[in-house]
Amino acid sequence: MSLLSVTNLTIALPKGADRPHAVKDISFDLNHGEMLCIVGESGSGKSMSANAVMGLLAEGLSVARGSITFDGQDLVRLSEAQMRTLRGRRIGMIFQEPLTALNPLMPVGRQIEEVFEAHGMLTPAARRDRVIDLLTEVGLPDPSASARAYPFQMSGGQRQRVVIAMALALEPAILIADEPTTALDVTTQAQILRLLDDLRRRHDMGVVFITHDLGVVADIADRVLVMQSGVIVEQGAASDVLLRPQHPYTQALLDAIPQLKGMTDDAPVPTAAPLLQVKGLHKQFRSGGGWLGGKPRVVTALDDISFDLQAGETIGIVGESGSGKSTLGRAIVRLQDVDRGQVLLNGRDMAALRGEALRHDRKRVQMIFQDPYSSLPPRQSIGKTLTEGQVAHGTPIAQARDRAAAILDRVGLDAGSMSRFPHEFSGGQRQRIGIARALVLDPELIVADEAVSALDVSVQAQVLDLLAGLKRDLNLSMLFITHDLRVAGQICDWLIVMQKGRIVETGDAARILNMPSSDYARGLLAALPGRDFETARAAARV
Amino acid sequence: MNKFWSRYARNRGAVIGLVLLGVVVVMAVLGPFLTAQDPWRMVQRPFLPPFQDSALPLGTDALGRDVLSQLIHGARVSLLIGLVSTLAALAIGVPVGAVAGYFPGWPNDLLMRFTEFFQTIPSFALAIVLLMIFQPQLHFVVLSIALVSWPPVARLVRGEVLSLRRREFVEAGIVQGLRHRHILIHHVMPNVLAPIIILASLMVATAILLESSLSFLGLSDPNVMSWGYMIGAARTALRTAWWLSFIPGIAIVFTVLALNLVGEGLNDALNPKLNRGDA
Repeated sequence: MSLLSVTNLTIALPKGADRPHAVKDISFDLNHGEMLCIVGESGSGKSMSANAVMGLLAEGLSVARGSITFDGQDLVRLSEAQMRTLRGRRIGMIFQEPLTALNPLMPVGRQIEEVFEAHGMLTPAARRDRVIDLLTEVGLPDPSASARAYPFQMSGGQRQRVVIAMALALEPAILIADEPTTALDVTTQAQILRLLDDLRRRHDMGVVFITHDLGVVADIADRVLVMQSGVIVEQGAASDVLLRPQHPYTQALLDAIPQLKGMTDDAPVPTAAPLLQVKGLHKQFRSGGGWLGGKPRVVTALDDISFDLQAGETIGIVGESGSGKSTLGRAIVRLQDVDRGQVLLNGRDMAALRGEALRHDRKRVQMIFQDPYSSLPPRQSIGKTLTEGQVAHGTPIAQARDRAAAILDRVGLDAGSMSRFPHEFSGGQRQRIGIARALVLDPELIVADEAVSALDVSVQAQVLDLLAGLKRDLNLSMLFITHDLRVAGQICDWLIVMQKGRIVETGDAARILNMPSSDYARGLLAALPGRDFETARAAARV
Repeated sequence: MNKFWSRYARNRGAVIGLVLLGVVVVMAVLGPFLTAQDPWRMVQRPFLPPFQDSALPLGTDALGRDVLSQLIHGARVSLLIGLVSTLAALAIGVPVGAVAGYFPGWPNDLLMRFTEFFQTIPSFALAIVLLMIFQPQLHFVVLSIALVSWPPVARLVRGEVLSLRRREFVEAGIVQGLRHRHILIHHVMPNVLAPIIILASLMVATAILLESSLSFLGLSDPNVMSWGYMIGAARTALRTAWWLSFIPGIAIVFTVLALNLVGEGLNDALNPKLNRGDA
């Protein structure tokens, strides 16, 4: 007898959507103590399925057919009041972004107590004791002090532990976790995954874990459910689905995961003068303090950063959030002023330029941005976006349009795209346009800041291919900033590992990814999800 | 456009508002052709109640002038003042807000202190003072209303620009070496258009009310017929001929209500993200 049983569930989308059903005829079971992973790309309906179980469908959506059986009752037929008694008590939920899931103005211990209060359980004193127990169980240091802390005083990982404690408070039989580690750094992610795995065994909970990351699936799942466009294309035991995928879509998803590459010997030979020389960059951010008194908070984002980049070379800058990698990229394109240091591009110090001279030299370094949805001016045609930079630097408009069309063609979009607007394109296409915008000014150096992080894994693979092709054909020099070591391994020749504003290790990409010499880099690699699976898969292939 | 209309039409009140506003606009545009009466000419005995004389359906005022003709001419003046003074207020508020929002250093401090200076004075009192200084002529009335109503525009535009400034497309523009003026005008401002339009529709309503209040106090141009003037002139006879205040009062209420409803409808149509169940 399974714990939860979903049969032929179909959720209708309102008229005018891109397809009639958000999910169509999906059926699956969840057993006690089982970790079920639902994996799919954005828009596949994976979150929608979980929301249906919680009875939390957005307005305008409704269950058209099917049943969700739990505790001998059909959740689809329950009233809102009946659902409310189940939610939290029998079915718990963890969300992606722990910061928005917590009330910023209330100590976290108090917020957990509220869960008991809402269900009218325990006396106030017993609630407080239970909170301490829960915080201990999720592994927060000094639980009684943590209970008094506000969300902003905690790190992302600690906040996620609080959210998990809240979900566990009433000992639910089912825990639904919707991308609970996506917003976290890789080492924190590894800890949270271990915690969830441990808790479900101890409490014999069924966990529905929704993720887009097949590496995470490989690490924790008992069973996997692969969704595409609202349909389950494949389900089965994790080892079967991942190592012997039957459906072409699963196969494609697996192939799109960037592989950590093995040792190679194509390290670029240093030429006489490097294209880019970064010398002793320093940057501190100060906040708070001021004339009302109080000690200002000082964060050192860049601490004596120096490195060289040869023409035609791609250097990856990797690190976790707060490592200063983005600040470094922004300092090099001059979106961020530095306290001291030099950024020499072909011998000219970009960091010292001001005003009109800076504006003129900006075309020499271009940037590819992270978010394809906010990096293009929304109310301007693509043609205008791709030509205005050239025009600002004195190219006649006709010539600028020709070049824009040629570059668009090179990134895989037809020239007809020029008259269209950003909202008419998909995320991957927008990112191609972003790349075209960077190329169109013929820069000496391109800085790509998490350029593929916001993309689905299959689209990510295509964009990485495009970048690799461009790099080869145009001899591009690139600084590639990413938190994802696999992606870095795909495209970078050389790696710089940053931690808390300092460079902790530099070296050939293949060498660092196989034999890191610093403890920090070793920790990052060990935390990568799906490493065992990767080895198993490589072995199965041979 | 179709999508815009369907979102607008979802708000029933907004459609009613648009119809009401349409009636007022048609009355203002075609009115003088429909009624040959000069609103200043005495045509009958004073204080003729409405519905007594079919030639003068709304009766006459204290001087025996045609009330319907006054109402129609008043619509022109009220709408004109509302529209022109709003445009003038936008002409001051939008650039001030845009520059203050885009350049966070001293331009922001300077412009916002200047804006606050205007905001601290009650707007109606300031309008009275301004009209005391100026001549009571139509264009000065418009100018006074504009001068007291631009600060909210500046505040709104500054807030919007401030949040858009952090978006990646602005940074992308900077990295490309575009001039700040170009980024502000071509990339940022088109995205502020929707809230400006919504605010402007409400400001027209406020301006009409302000003008009515000013002419009620006798501070507006005595040579133009407006609804406020009608109420002001009739207030001495409020107990004997209440309809003389009531009729233009109703006209003001309906016009202002219509503009508010339209503003709300525009808000629904232009800010689809705020709509519930539209995810």
